[in-house]
Amino acid sequence: MPGGYLLIESRDVFEGPTPFLELARTLAQEKREGPVTLFLVENGVLPTRRCPSSEALSALAKAGVEVLADEFSLKERGIGRERMIPEVKPAALDVVIEHMAAGKKILWH
Amino acid sequence: MPKKHLSFLLMDAPYEQARTTTGFRLVDAALRKGHDVTVFCYEGAVGLAFAKQVPHANAVHGRDVAQEDHPNPKDWVAALLTLAQEKNAKLVWIQCGLCVDERGVGECVPGAVRGSPADFLKAVESADNTLVIPTR
Amino acid sequence: MPKKILHVVESAYRATLEEQDDTVLWFTHAMKGAGADVTVVLRGNAVNYAVEGQNASGLALGAKKQTQPPTLDADVAKLVSMGVELYYVEEDAKARGLRATDFVSGPKGLAQAELGELFARFDLVFTW
Repeated sequence: MPGGYLLIESRDVFEGPTPFLELARTLAQEKREGPVTLFLVENGVLPTRRCPSSEALSALAKAGVEVLADEFSLKERGIGRERMIPEVKPAALDVVIEHMAAGKKILWH
Repeated sequence: MPKKHLSFLLMDAPYEQARTTTGFRLVDAALRKGHDVTVFCYEGAVGLAFAKQVPHANAVHGRDVAQEDHPNPKDWVAALLTLAQEKNAKLVWIQCGLCVDERGVGECVPGAVRGSPADFLKAVESADNTLVIPTR
Repeated sequence: MPKKILHVVESAYRATLEEQDDTVLWFTHAMKGAGADVTVVLRGNAVNYAVEGQNASGLALGAKKQTQPPTLDADVAKLVSMGVELYYVEEDAKARGLRATDFVSGPKGLAQAELGELFARFDLVFTW
């Protein structure tokens, strides 16, 4: 199976960085199996609106993780692009299907 | 994009978690791209296709049943089965049998079939990729 | 050749009394019985599943007594006896005051930092 990971984070990080986000960072830094993408969905998108907890996501982007956020979840929560941290890109949920079809390892949290 | 077979496992009961809607959206997205999809419903998720769900009015918003137009999850399941046909894709919707029995939700929408963990394993082995959406 | 599957189990004691099982351990057992090549990692609160001496007996609601309480430590041991490789995350165990000697025989400790290397061995990684 081709390399790379898609990690889907559905939970927010207001209680602090989670082991799942730490896993994303580790996998990206190890470069063992190809690129790592973190796809935020549902309440996972909440920290994309600039706030103290956004740092957890910025740090991941700096560590080489591509961080995407579900456009529908963003709209549902009234998070406009202008309020988002720049390191996170809005994306359609189709991205998950594309990554699945490409054979990435897919993990949900 | 070449046609793939993607499989999903859902666990959450209806009306409890956002994960259910996301799961439905993923199946919808996969079918719209023409992929074949297998969904294995485990535990509470077997309630999604239960045929006896009934919509209700919404007195708080002053809407009667017709105005509220509230799709029950079974309607979403039926709509996805129809979408698959329209897209010349295959959607197999499997209900874990023991989970169905213990919840008393044996009557399900046409197209949903009874299965077991062995059927999930078969889907995993034959699919190009699988996503498990766990409950909490 | 069957796909190599890793189950990462984090959810713990969710409806285990109602179900008389942990449904993910049960599912793993059923998949193994159906021929799956499956390995398990216990993390978070689920590391407690490997603790020997758990006792869920005695539940009675009104006159209705539970006669088959879950025996999660035995279920973990059973998976190991079926040939399922089973790990627990050492940091999560330590954070919960657990030592290797608290566990049933069979589960192997794994450092959090080793998870990436473990994941690389598998075709599919399912999180529960």
